[in-house]
Amino acid sequence: MRTPFLKCALAIIAKDLRAEIRSRELLSVMALFALLSVLVFSFALELDRAARAEAVSGVLWVTLIFASLLGLNRSLAQESDQGNLDALLLAPVSRSAIFVGKFAGNALFTGIVGLVLLPLMTVLYGMNTLHTGVIVTTLVGILGFCSIGTLLATMTVRTRAREALLPIALLPVALPFLLTAVRATKGVLSGAPEWQVWLQLLAGITVIYLVLCLLLYGYVVEE
Amino acid sequence: MTRIAELEPAPQPRMLRVLTALTALGFLATLYLGLFVAGTDIEQGEIQRIFYIHMPSFFGAFTAFGATVVGGLLYLARKNDAWDRIALAGVEVGLAFALINLLTGSIWARPIWNTWWTWDPRLTSAAVMCLIYAAYLMLRAGIDDLSRKRNFMSVYGIFAFVSVLTTLFIIRIVPETIHPVIVGASPQNAQGSFEATSGVVMALVPSLLLWLTLMPITLMWHRYRLETRKEASDRLMLQALSD
Amino acid sequence: MDDSAIIEVEKLSKAFGLLPVLQGLNFSIDRGEFVMLFGANGSGKSTLLRLLSGLSKPTAGAIRIGGWELPREALAVRAQIGLVAHRPLLYENLTASENLDFFGKLYGMKADERQERGRQLLQRVGLSRRAGSLVRTFSRGMKQRLSIARALLHQPDLLLLDEPYSGLDQAACDLLDELLLEAKEARRTIILSTHQLTRAPEIAVRALLLSDGKIVFDGIGDRRSLSDIYRDSARAQST
Repeated sequence: MRTPFLKCALAIIAKDLRAEIRSRELLSVMALFALLSVLVFSFALELDRAARAEAVSGVLWVTLIFASLLGLNRSLAQESDQGNLDALLLAPVSRSAIFVGKFAGNALFTGIVGLVLLPLMTVLYGMNTLHTGVIVTTLVGILGFCSIGTLLATMTVRTRAREALLPIALLPVALPFLLTAVRATKGVLSGAPEWQVWLQLLAGITVIYLVLCLLLYGYVVEE
Repeated sequence: MTRIAELEPAPQPRMLRVLTALTALGFLATLYLGLFVAGTDIEQGEIQRIFYIHMPSFFGAFTAFGATVVGGLLYLARKNDAWDRIALAGVEVGLAFALINLLTGSIWARPIWNTWWTWDPRLTSAAVMCLIYAAYLMLRAGIDDLSRKRNFMSVYGIFAFVSVLTTLFIIRIVPETIHPVIVGASPQNAQGSFEATSGVVMALVPSLLLWLTLMPITLMWHRYRLETRKEASDRLMLQALSD
Repeated sequence: MDDSAIIEVEKLSKAFGLLPVLQGLNFSIDRGEFVMLFGANGSGKSTLLRLLSGLSKPTAGAIRIGGWELPREALAVRAQIGLVAHRPLLYENLTASENLDFFGKLYGMKADERQERGRQLLQRVGLSRRAGSLVRTFSRGMKQRLSIARALLHQPDLLLLDEPYSGLDQAACDLLDELLLEAKEARRTIILSTHQLTRAPEIAVRALLLSDGKIVFDGIGDRRSLSDIYRDSARAQST
């Protein structure tokens, strides 16, 4: 009786993509924010070459995380504002399939912003942020952050003062991703070999959080 | 008539009164051990005695936060409100302990490290622990619907604990900490280590046991009872408004 | 077997946090029955429909739909239920036909089936010409009609409608009446909630009257007899 998991998740992803291609509500805001953030950091920090290697990974991740916060809020608000989450819940689909659908969309949009950001940072900061290690770290980190981000945004869009609550609820809980991703990125940029350990750690945490989100999402959407 | 009776505090169970007395006595006893029985540290002097509260409070926070996870899981499985009240009690008691840990550490660091605060990974992770549970309380206050609140916070309590553990794990494998490790080998560049002599152990072990068990359990029990009464009074208020 | 009860409700109670909304409801509804659910605003109509659709879980009591127990066996029940809620439950940035296509996928319908059924329904609710327009550009009434199409999409056995007439003009109301009649002829079970007694049909139907979270009337009535009962209960409540 249940609609297949993958079919449902893909339907949600396709739906979000279609709406996004039409309205560009999420990507335009996220990308513009990311661009501004990188510029503001470069003025605010006035980095010399030595300091840049240290700071660039921090700038990258802070920018990505805040851009992703913007996207998460909007993406889940689209489900909650018109009560559409109810329509998803009414259908004979698994709750974790709803999670995977929304999560994949969010990760995809944040990933696009990340992939735009990396060459831009290469130009602006003169660091080789297009290294494979940085790209992989960025994508894995985004997967991890968006997993817990999607779950918490589903909660906070149904609270008072939701725009303010998402960062407060999400940032401390998502700190393990920031800690490991920044170190892995920094390691690649400064040529330290232990960046692979940090990347493995990041991947491990991502898997743990993803599994937990899949298991617990049902409790967040159902009354 | 019956309504007002609901607000009357139920008499404290005997067990709770015994626990409260034991906790108070235990606290006084461990203070005595730490302040008068244990010898003064040769290098650090009297300030080292703060350690008998500093470390136990950190571990005590884990008992309380652990109760939050157990309460959250059981609430999700059974939907019995009592488990959610236990989870809330765990967060508040644990947060208080974590703040005591942070504060005592800061007081100790002033003479030993010559600063109130440094962005040492260990200190950072302790601060993160406080922030996560402060976020818990803030999120909780932002949700109106009670059953939704209980669901959300059970899930958040689980993620909060996982984050605390992973943050601690990540921090542990970073070699650049200056925080001393009293049990086990200190990192090479640790500043402010001291010997775990028999006097230290004698003062530390009872204090650790007290903060790990009696103290959080007693405080959480009181907090649980308070929450039960608060919910009863909220219910009466709602009934009065809807009549 | 076809005449067996599709809905059985026993001692059903629901409280929002500490506030009781439904208190100890007992009723059963046969397959193919048409039931009007009356009650003033805040009497618990929407809550009851949400419970029956499995969106919300009872605080106490049991609901069985087609023999399946809610909420434990909700998954088996979901495909049989169509709900028209207060809000349209549509995606504003998708067109009318894209909305139906998306929900068709969620109900596991095949591509050609989705297309055929979607086209048919859009025509039936009079939205064929706007099939390619974004829902954002629709009026309240058009959204409501599309919402009804969405609820009928997967041919549910049980159709739940929460105040479906609100926001509809006369022509749309007549259209809805026709659709309901068709659904009734197709032996679908229909529960329709409204606070307006003027919507009660001239012919006699089964009516449930909710007041303060309790069923105060359950029986067959036409518009006039129901008006009397409704007025009496309102009077009883105010004293």
